[in-house]
Amino acid sequence: MPIKFLLITLLALLLFGYFIGRKRSLALKANNGGAKKTLHSLPKYYGFLVSLWAGIPALIILLLWTAFDTTIITSMTVSQLPEQTQQLSQDELGLLMNEIINLSQADKISDVSANDAKMLIKQTAANNFARFSHISNLAKTVLVLVMALMGLLLGLRYIRAETRARNYVETAIKLTMMGCASIAILTTFGIIFSVLLESLQFFKAVPITEFLFGTTWSPQTAIRPDQVGSSGSFGALPLFVGTLLIAFIAMLVAVPLGLMSAIYLSEYASQKVRTVVKPILEILAGIPTVVYGFFAALTVAPVIRDMGESMGFHPASESALAAGLVMGVMIIPFVSSLSDDVLSAVPQAMRDGSYGMGATKSETIKKVVIPAALPGIVAGILLAASRAIGETMIVVMAAGLAAKMTVNPMEAVTTVTVQIVTLLTGDQEFDSPKTLAAFALGLGLFMVTLILNVISLHVVRKYREQYE
Amino acid sequence: MTEAIEKRDEFDVEIKGTVGKPFADDPKFESRNVDVFYGDKQAIFDVNLDIAKNEIVAMIGPSGCGKSTYLRCLNRMNDTIPICRVTGHIKLDGEDIYDKHQDPVLLRARVGMVFQKANPFPKSIYDNVAYGARLHGLTSNKTELDDLVEKSLIRAGLFKEVKDDLHKPGTGLSGGQQQRLCIARTIAVDPEVILMDEPTSALDPIATALIEELMIELSAKYTIAIVTHSMQQAARVSNRTAYFHLGKLVEVNDTDSVFTNPEHQLTENYITGRFG
Ligand SMILES: Nc1ncnc2c1ncn2[C@@H]1O[C@H](COP(=O)(O)OP(=O)(O)O)[C@@H](O)[C@H]1O
Ligand SMILES: [Mg+2]
Repeated sequence: MPIKFLLITLLALLLFGYFIGRKRSLALKANNGGAKKTLHSLPKYYGFLVSLWAGIPALIILLLWTAFDTTIITSMTVSQLPEQTQQLSQDELGLLMNEIINLSQADKISDVSANDAKMLIKQTAANNFARFSHISNLAKTVLVLVMALMGLLLGLRYIRAETRARNYVETAIKLTMMGCASIAILTTFGIIFSVLLESLQFFKAVPITEFLFGTTWSPQTAIRPDQVGSSGSFGALPLFVGTLLIAFIAMLVAVPLGLMSAIYLSEYASQKVRTVVKPILEILAGIPTVVYGFFAALTVAPVIRDMGESMGFHPASESALAAGLVMGVMIIPFVSSLSDDVLSAVPQAMRDGSYGMGATKSETIKKVVIPAALPGIVAGILLAASRAIGETMIVVMAAGLAAKMTVNPMEAVTTVTVQIVTLLTGDQEFDSPKTLAAFALGLGLFMVTLILNVISLHVVRKYREQYE
Repeated sequence: MTEAIEKRDEFDVEIKGTVGKPFADDPKFESRNVDVFYGDKQAIFDVNLDIAKNEIVAMIGPSGCGKSTYLRCLNRMNDTIPICRVTGHIKLDGEDIYDKHQDPVLLRARVGMVFQKANPFPKSIYDNVAYGARLHGLTSNKTELDDLVEKSLIRAGLFKEVKDDLHKPGTGLSGGQQQRLCIARTIAVDPEVILMDEPTSALDPIATALIEELMIELSAKYTIAIVTHSMQQAARVSNRTAYFHLGKLVEVNDTDSVFTNPEHQLTENYITGRFG
């Protein structure tokens, strides 16, 4: 039975379980002369309980079976192959199995007229594979449905006056929520793990010290062994310096502007101004980064170049400054919106206390309101910083691709994210150092944002302790 | 809204000016014809009241009768509420505090305020008390500031409890300690008048007794105006008591006579618990 029919049948069973559970519990109550306190829980909870019994074990079996059946069937097929075929290397065997699986899914399978021996082997294996799949599928269907039915019957036996169906359902709901939360966490860990593994692959080819401290980034490697070409150089320092330089410039723009606008909005602006200005500011974060990118490249960069030239520099047409300035504007709302919220949340009583001591408005803001709101402000700033570090589009368009090691904002630089993009676009060999380098860069980037987050947590906790 | 106005009209017949002794020979504060409006709504009607030097005046009355509003006129805290408008004259030592040339910020250093809910700043105990002194440059070096902080905490009766924890956050203290910290912070700038708006309404009886004692001690040096919901408290600490009703000052008199022999029917109704 195809999976979707199986699922529909299962669903129908669950519904059936719900209604029969409900009905049984109602009958139980009626038997008791309809006395109010007969049942511990409302009838619907008994219905849910039966559904849960029917559904959960069956679904678990289904999940496990689906997760592992291909692996098991594959290894069974392999074990049926002739001896010398089984001796093949891992990669070749994998390739062969792919062919076999494709063959088994082809419309006509048993075209055994093929006379060459290799083809015969493949064809037999494909037939085996199809047969095993078929058996597995059948067994799965039967097992799942039997489980569901058994669960249902078991659930029905639990319909007794004293069964605390309501509490069991509560527990099931709690576990479901926990499951969802753990999926999110597990996915994160999975991503980290795979990035880590690939990075380790990379560090086998390129020593980690070279990656971290090398100052030359030119990841062009020969694609074919017979090709003449550079062997590539993977010093990522210029990329990280470039990233931090641009992020720093962006923060120089965003923190003062964002903080000042937040203070203006929460402390000085009238309610009317606030309701108009705040959403407008937040639009800044909603503009697609591509738009910011060409704004930076086509409008800001030329202005900077002209200004630089008139002051006697010879700036590049693409510069860290242009990208940083525009990025700074983009992340203003991250700082301002969050800061505005926390500033407004500082209780009026605190301000009154300060005014009552004879403090002016700006003194009150500086000495009472901002310190009280500091954890939130720091959180906003760090959020903006992570955003700046992860930004790609603006940098590609306005700061260039040249991996130059410099802190001069007038020069073209490149960033980690930009290099990841260039490494992975186009046709690539999947296990060349060039491709793997992207994972190492990703890992580095992740480390940087992780450190930022740890710092912010620390700051927030420190002030929490002190102020609450 | 119309209902409230009708109610007021009903009482207009009864409240014709303030009865008792609203004026003093040696006034620190003189209020004349004070009206307060929140937007279009009038909250205080024609209040005339003196507060004498070194006296404790208690203000009592049902909730919403305008006690806080009137108290906040005395240090111009109402300026921080945009819709609030004050008319009439309030003089401090003979000078009108609502005069154009007056600076409300300087005024508030002279007329300190303690609030209903203790509101220590999110700073250490030391920094809380030093706040005003730093703001107004009252001390010239660290030792002087240390002295001032210690002296203020002693006067507020808090020093013994916190002397080893001066650098711990003020927000970590108990409710009563926090309120005494706020008093210490207020007296550290050496004001002339202290306004207290229900300073003990959130405190337990023991903490309340401590603060009442403190008020009586402080009245030797300062003029104190206190808003309170507790008639017993008014009776225990104040020299004169003012009874407010629906934004009007109904009766002011020596505390004893207000509680034993009220002149106005409304005052009697209130103190005998017929409403409020
Ligand atoms: N910030 C404000 N905005 C508008 N109306 C206010 C404000 N504060 C107080 N009021 C009104 O003024 C009146 C007096 O309030 P208040 O002085 O707080 O009374 P009390 O302190 O005696 O309980 C009440 O009717 C109240 O609704
Ligand atoms: Mg009040």
